[in-house]
Amino acid sequence: MSISSASAGANRIKNRGRLNRARTISFTWDGKSLNAYDGDTLASALLANGIHLTGRSFKYHRPRGILSAGPEEPNAIVDIARDTARRQPNVRATVQEVFDGMQANSQNRFPALIFDVGAVNDFFGPFIPAGFYYKTFMWPASFWKHVYEPFIRRAAGLGTAPTEADPDTYANRYAHCDVLVAGGGPAGIAAALAAARKGKSVILCDENADFGGHLRADIHAQIDGQPAMDWVASAVAELRSLDNATVLNRTTAFGYYTANMVALAERVTDHIADPDPELPRERLWQVRAGTVLIATGAIERHLVFHGNDRPAVMLASAAQMFANHFGVSIGKRVGVYTACDSAWQAAFDLHEAGSPIALIVDTRSEVPSQLLAKANDLGIAVKPGHKVTATSGRLRISSMTVEAENGHGKEKTPIDALIVSGGWTPSVHLFSQSRGRLKFDADNGRFLPDEVAENCICIGGCNGAMTLADALDDAANATGSKPANCEETGSMVGYQIGTSNGKTDSAFDKSFIDFQNDVTAKDIRLAVREGMLSIEHVKRYTTTGMATDQGKMSNMHGLAIAATELGREIPDIGLTTFRAPYTPVTFGTIINHAKGKLFDVTRTTPIHSWAQEHGAVFEDVGNWKRTWYFPKPGEDMQAAVNRECAATRNAAGIFDASTLGKIEVVGPDAVKFMELMYTNPWQKLAVGRCRYGIMLREDGFIYDDGVVGRLAEDRFHVTTTTGGAPRVLNHMEDYLQTEFPDWKVWLTSTSEQWAVIAVQGPKAREIIEPFVEDIDLDDMPHMSIREGRFCGVRTRLMRVSFTGELGFEINVPANYGRSVWEKIWERGEPLGLTPYGTEAMHVLRAEKGFIIVGQDTDGTVTPDDANLSWAIGKKKTDFVGIRGLKRIDLVAEGRRQLVGLKTLDPREVLEEGAQIVEDPHQPIPMKMIGFVTSSYWSENCGRSIALALIENGRAQMGEKLHVPMANGAIAVEVCETVFIDPDGSKLNG
Amino acid sequence: MDDVLQIEPLAGRRFAATGIALEPAPFCERFSLRAGPEEVAEVGKEIGIALPVKPKSSKTLKKISALWLGPDEWLIMAAPETGLSAKMSKLDGTLCSAVDVSHRNTAIYVEGPNALAVLNAGCPQNLSLTAFPKGACSRTIIGKSEIILLRESPERFRVECWRSFSDYVWNFLVDAGKSAQI
Amino acid sequence: MLLIQCPYCQEDRPEIEFQGAGEAHIARPANIADISDAEFSEYFFIRDNTKGIVFERWRHTHGCGRFFNAVRNSISDKFIMTYKAGEPKPELTEEQIKAAAPISKKPAADKPEPSPSKAEKAK
Repeated sequence: MSISSASAGANRIKNRGRLNRARTISFTWDGKSLNAYDGDTLASALLANGIHLTGRSFKYHRPRGILSAGPEEPNAIVDIARDTARRQPNVRATVQEVFDGMQANSQNRFPALIFDVGAVNDFFGPFIPAGFYYKTFMWPASFWKHVYEPFIRRAAGLGTAPTEADPDTYANRYAHCDVLVAGGGPAGIAAALAAARKGKSVILCDENADFGGHLRADIHAQIDGQPAMDWVASAVAELRSLDNATVLNRTTAFGYYTANMVALAERVTDHIADPDPELPRERLWQVRAGTVLIATGAIERHLVFHGNDRPAVMLASAAQMFANHFGVSIGKRVGVYTACDSAWQAAFDLHEAGSPIALIVDTRSEVPSQLLAKANDLGIAVKPGHKVTATSGRLRISSMTVEAENGHGKEKTPIDALIVSGGWTPSVHLFSQSRGRLKFDADNGRFLPDEVAENCICIGGCNGAMTLADALDDAANATGSKPANCEETGSMVGYQIGTSNGKTDSAFDKSFIDFQNDVTAKDIRLAVREGMLSIEHVKRYTTTGMATDQGKMSNMHGLAIAATELGREIPDIGLTTFRAPYTPVTFGTIINHAKGKLFDVTRTTPIHSWAQEHGAVFEDVGNWKRTWYFPKPGEDMQAAVNRECAATRNAAGIFDASTLGKIEVVGPDAVKFMELMYTNPWQKLAVGRCRYGIMLREDGFIYDDGVVGRLAEDRFHVTTTTGGAPRVLNHMEDYLQTEFPDWKVWLTSTSEQWAVIAVQGPKAREIIEPFVEDIDLDDMPHMSIREGRFCGVRTRLMRVSFTGELGFEINVPANYGRSVWEKIWERGEPLGLTPYGTEAMHVLRAEKGFIIVGQDTDGTVTPDDANLSWAIGKKKTDFVGIRGLKRIDLVAEGRRQLVGLKTLDPREVLEEGAQIVEDPHQPIPMKMIGFVTSSYWSENCGRSIALALIENGRAQMGEKLHVPMANGAIAVEVCETVFIDPDGSKLNG
Repeated sequence: MDDVLQIEPLAGRRFAATGIALEPAPFCERFSLRAGPEEVAEVGKEIGIALPVKPKSSKTLKKISALWLGPDEWLIMAAPETGLSAKMSKLDGTLCSAVDVSHRNTAIYVEGPNALAVLNAGCPQNLSLTAFPKGACSRTIIGKSEIILLRESPERFRVECWRSFSDYVWNFLVDAGKSAQI
Repeated sequence: MLLIQCPYCQEDRPEIEFQGAGEAHIARPANIADISDAEFSEYFFIRDNTKGIVFERWRHTHGCGRFFNAVRNSISDKFIMTYKAGEPKPELTEEQIKAAAPISKKPAADKPEPSPSKAEKAK
């Protein structure tokens, strides 16, 4: 930022505007360096530098200029860059504040803005009518991939996305308040102040940098005896000083959700040249408000006439804003075309600020006399009851053609800018998103809020207020306070919608309804003629009101024209649905904190750091990082897994099983509850013993499994699968709370209380023995549990095995997990103890035919299918799933049953998920009789092994089947699921 | 073997920014206590603290804290030297369930004028002093993790979470801490 | 985001603390092992999925952990009431139903008259 009195554009008006002109800042526009003042938007800065042409339209590539001074801008859509990574396309130049060093570029032009080859579309405009794409790209079908699609892809979308990752951070804030005021114009400020003074907690937000709304464009209004903008400044200052008020500028209320939840997007750093890197770029506010005061104002409409889109055609209120707030002149000979009083005041302001008004054309034949008198005083020519039917000028408007309503007196007036007003459209977007009902105000050609669906009140312009006094009254009524006094204010009376002037019947008509989507009045008419009878269909067929417009500019004209064409009243046609967001919101704001390491939770065990230090490779299991395998230098995964598997069977392996789900079931009814939740019988399970439990859903399919230990008559230590822990607990709580609420039993998750160290293998007992206190290891048969001490800390020691080896699972309080692991490792390593990961665990259990729920089962597998009928208590009269198991399909012949598979070539390892057929030579589609669920190279077996679900599998032992693959079918033989130690001698050793 | 080390998951971490300081809480003993409405009074007597029965409330007596988490659920916490384990182990299972979860959870102190803003970056509850006064506690959410929140003073909160979520919760609070200042 | 009154916590809490748990007032038959296929189908598979007033279950998973019941208008998303698990299905008053009803949309917009030319073609 340079401190100088250097000029920031030749079109600055002397002694006008509220910007601080002490300092200039520099930015570039299409590579050219320009100056601006602090507080300028890109739009005001460009206009100050005499630049009206800012972009090319989407479909016809017509030259377009700045139409508005706010978020409704459809034309001046530009690309803003800070550096190569921080670049954002499709930014509205009327919203983006200029900062020192900003790089702004125009879009949708090639090779240059002033000469664009795509503009031939403009000449061919008659051949690109509404629904052009639907009609044209239909046949031949073979053209789709190589001709139509590439063409559409190139033509579709404005701007280009950045290619680098977004380096910025984003934030979120949940907030609660008594009153949320959306919109910081006069009504919003007055209401926020009144509510805050009454002690309510208040949040006031406004999308602009400066509060005041339309008052920013006003230099005449007075509130409470002072200039309106002074009143705004002191009110905002008072609000900022109050503890119970939060004041947010540059913050757009973009979505209204159920139960008075309103989403705000706060732009924190987009206007700062060199922001603090710790600051988030944007912050999402999720505000839950007692009452929402919707003070979103109104948006001025353009008028529909041939050539209404040329650069330097601008909304009257925008021109007034540029003059009075930014001190920027938009032209030296300005035409006015209006249907509304407010544009007259804008014309007078411009005229007095050195932009002489060439002519005021008003569609109305009767204009308030005081306006005519003022025009007369200023020497401005006026033509009431006239219309503009054409304009000229290629890159900027140079003339307008005016004629009387009856078509007489056609006359061309040279101008260099044209300000227009078709009246004002209340911004009912937020109200409409809240599902409130709108009513049509036929007298003023607009929709107004009617019945509310949420606790909200519309005040000011969005509620139809046409004067400052009305707006302040609304605010007072909504807050039960006394309205502020005001004087010297204009009005928003007068409107025109749906009329289009000029070449209305010509194919070359360029009377635009929607500038952004290049939709003309004739497109709407064509859509109706072609059978689009619903306004929702017209919208989609013509694309009017789509993209960032969302009905801000185009809605009323499109609707009125469609109504005329259909011969129906506007309220009968209804409005298209207003959807969030009101203005575009970045993905960064929506995801806010959830990026990088906060994208999702990463869960690690107490032993994770040891595994990391010992070179482990991890795999994701749900949110957990689990040790996959421990490669030694030079080993690939297979080599590491082979070594880990062999070592576990020959000496011992050590495995981190801490992620296993654990639930403590406690209470006098604990055993009754276990009987209900699991298929197994539990009454006779002795204290100190364990049992493998199967849990079903009510439909009879396997839901989870795990080993359960009985610690006392009334206390069970239940384990679940790693991924199943939360849903199993939820499933249990559901039955307990809603079906059996009187049972005296309670469930507590202890998954993370215990670190679990599995020591498995022939040397397991020898390794752990010296650490065990208060427990007699010789009195611990397979499937037993004891409480005592291990390494001096409290333990639940279980003798269980998921490997088929003699094995123990040592539960110790989690904080001791790593230290205890290291003690075991220190002692075990010289004895051949080898750490193994989940891959070796999978192989070891598959060698024993132990299933993994979710791998060998898929939610359609019954206990019998998985050879687990033995785990069902045959005498039980109830358990979850008991009835489901009797369903016809579950007891039918021919179900898929779990079997082992051996490939005829022992070195061939099947692919998991591969389909199985009887005859590989049958015609396609082949009859698939099952699929591979688990498949590994087993170093211990010296061959590949697999598990599979196959129709009538158990009856096909020894049969030869085939697994068709891309390179030909693989022959397999059906076998038992247990590949090692079928009589369990190692297990019980 | 007294050389077995206890390692708290967030040991050694510290963070401070404008108006906010984060600090891992020292280890404490914790029990998940469950009891039905008929047994509440008696269970409370056994452990020497009348269990709070009002939703979202807690009680601290003789360095033992009891947090209401649900109509039949409390989190009981005390420093190791308080002897909480001994008291809890005497409870009769016919009355209630007391399960040691000392190592399941860990905790972070969030303190400073911006504490509320930091928590509200990810916690959707109304944490104003009227809605969530001193002593208020609740199981809730921060970002994508479940937590138990206890307000120890207007500007000091204790955030309890499961140990494997603590790295996420810590990082979330740090990220929020950097952006809390408006 | 919904705001849900938890009958156990006795206050409105944000939706993300809760999990939906399906239709309410479907009791597990006491003699479930002996019921017919049709009865099992009715109990386990068939749900009303009403458009309008629904009786549904929620669990305050990330709060007090309790399951409870709610009555909600599925069109307006407005809750009529919530109540504890095990309490009987409430009778609703006309006022309660009306208060949760969505605001009716304009009737004419959805079904436009076919244009004469189309109608003629149809003949």
